Amino acid sequence: MATDYSKYLRMEKLPLYWCPGCGNGTILKAMITAIDELGWQNDDIMMVSGIGCSSRATGYVDFHTIHTLHGRAVPVATAIKMCHPDMHVIVFSGDGDSTAIGGNHFIHACRRNIDLTVIIVDNWIYGMTGGQYSPLTPTGTKASTMPRGNIDPNFDIAELAKGAGATFVARSSVADPMILKNYIKKGLSHKGMSVIDALSNCHIQWGRRNKYGDPVKLVDLIKEKTVTKAKAAKMSEEELKGKYVTGILYENTAKKEYTQAYKELVEKAQNE
Amino acid sequence: MSKAQIMNGNELVSEAAIAAGCRFYAGYPITPSSEIPEHLSKRMPEVGGVFMQFEDEIASCMAAVGASYAGYKSMTASSGPGISLKQEAIGLACMMELPLVVVNVMRGGPSTGLPTRVSQADVMQARWGTHGDHMIIAVAPETLLETYTETIRAFNMAEKYRTPVYILTDAVLAHLNGRVELPDPSTLEIIDRTQPSVPPEEYNPYDVERFGEVPPLPNKEKFHDYRFHMTGLNKDKTGFPTVNKEAVEADEERMIRKITGNIKDIESFEYYKMDDAQLAIFAYGTNAAAARVAVDEAREAGIKAGMFRPITVWPFPEKQVAEIGKNFDKMIVTEINLGQMLYEVERATKGSIEISTVLQAAGVPIRPQQILDKMKEVL
Ligand SMILES: Cc1ncc(C[n+]2csc(CCOP(=O)(O)OP(=O)(O)O)c2C)c(N)n1
Ligand code: SF4
Ligand SMILES: [Mg+2]
Repeated sequence: MATDYSKYLRMEKLPLYWCPGCGNGTILKAMITAIDELGWQNDDIMMVSGIGCSSRATGYVDFHTIHTLHGRAVPVATAIKMCHPDMHVIVFSGDGDSTAIGGNHFIHACRRNIDLTVIIVDNWIYGMTGGQYSPLTPTGTKASTMPRGNIDPNFDIAELAKGAGATFVARSSVADPMILKNYIKKGLSHKGMSVIDALSNCHIQWGRRNKYGDPVKLVDLIKEKTVTKAKAAKMSEEELKGKYVTGILYENTAKKEYTQAYKELVEKAQNE
Repeated sequence: MSKAQIMNGNELVSEAAIAAGCRFYAGYPITPSSEIPEHLSKRMPEVGGVFMQFEDEIASCMAAVGASYAGYKSMTASSGPGISLKQEAIGLACMMELPLVVVNVMRGGPSTGLPTRVSQADVMQARWGTHGDHMIIAVAPETLLETYTETIRAFNMAEKYRTPVYILTDAVLAHLNGRVELPDPSTLEIIDRTQPSVPPEEYNPYDVERFGEVPPLPNKEKFHDYRFHMTGLNKDKTGFPTVNKEAVEADEERMIRKITGNIKDIESFEYYKMDDAQLAIFAYGTNAAAARVAVDEAREAGIKAGMFRPITVWPFPEKQVAEIGKNFDKMIVTEINLGQMLYEVERATKGSIEISTVLQAAGVPIRPQQILDKMKEVL
């Protein structure tokens, strides 16, 4: 059955603030479809964002929503989850928001394995502030603060999340919205810290500086740069350079979730 | 029934927070405030509350803001560098109009400064530390008992006015162990945020036309059923961003007015032997204890001195200080810094009084004798 998006959107807040064709819309739609398929109620969903184009998403959805500070969505989400462990807590964040200014909070939430679903709109750039480079801006490409091409190496968000202790890690892109939706759905259902690296097109701030000002062309480029986990297994390190491996990259159901650990601590304290 | 206990200032803040209904604490350790998280890490789980040590002070303060949004009474504590890190989040609480209690156990600065030593050098930071126009409430207890009662009051004001409130203690008060007769919990006045009585679909978190200048805010029981949006951007009554000049202006002014307009409820101060005094001392926090001794000793030596002591230091007691300016010829301002509240006293008295100072920022308390010497010098 087709999703009735009006159930999840604050229709009076439309049209979207984003540039036409922006990947933010595709990712938000994938998230809403996943929620619809799970049959979750709006009252049970908490969505937290930081600051950035992507972070404006909290304004459009009819859940509990809070638009916080640049980089700080994760600690806010952590607190809300601790206060209301039964609620589904989602963080919608930019690549800069979550891995630059918010990088420290991000890895520590992974380490705790608290039951959040963090969707990272990985558009390789600081979209909102005018195209400055982020830790995810591909090396060699241009940004407003790297006019001669980026010399910074990148993070691999998936490896970072896994290494830090997250227990569900997946990557997909706006070029594969159905698969992206499925991964978000799995991430939402997973009890523990879930991280979804959602490659996205900012054809305006990254694209225009790198000859991909057309959203369709940029989505094609993203498609070209992604390889599935299965394919990647057969490729050499040389062949994998500059590629993004997609798929469910890590899943662990054995590690204790943090609100559960805290609940046990409370029980222990109260039985002393 | 009240019970006497040996406790220090940090433990008293912690116990008072629990008595006030605080059920969420987030922090990062730093001297001289660390006994607060140590105490609460034990106590919060016992009362079914949340204690979390975060990766830094930014996360801690943001978590406390998040918990407050989620309906919990929340607190964070720190000192010096840690308080500097919390400033952006405190501004968010101002803008979102979320209750929040921030304990600053003041130590010497700037920077790492004097981690273990006493200071009052953060009073101006409490007022203006976060960016943008805003009003703040801050209390500065003098004694151990007052540390307890002012913490309760801090939570009450945070809830009542949906605003951050600072508790300014210092290294001396934090680590001073003393016998304190805690008030019977049943005698405490505990204020909770007012609750929406309208159905969820009619609720807006900033609907001042309908609900008055401090609209209701769902508590933890109601949170689930009331969906609303909050942002750090300037907002309209629904909680969504606006750049409309009239709306922004009205909101910014109201956020200040909700505090200054209720000054009678918020202000708290003490006149100590001021009735027949010829010389006024202005002191606050633990430094007021030294000033008190100085006043007593001065009187024994035939000097009619008195002390004015703000307990609510922000908003500044303008009217009372202006009055002193009119009624006295001379005043001594003393504080454990190089002169901060001094500016406010000067501003409030508008040149109507001769002001002398006893200031010190070397990490050691000001001794009563220093104040006494200054009294003799100015008279
Ligand atoms: C403390 C702070 N520093 C800087 C900014 C300015 N700022 C706002 S959004 C942003 C970058 C956003 O990039 P990203 O997180 O990738 O989100 P996008 O806009 O690309 O979705 C920056 C630097 C800010 N709002 N707050
Ligand atoms: S600037 Fe980029 S990220 Fe922001 S709305 Fe436009 S296309 Fe999307
Ligand atoms: Mg970005």
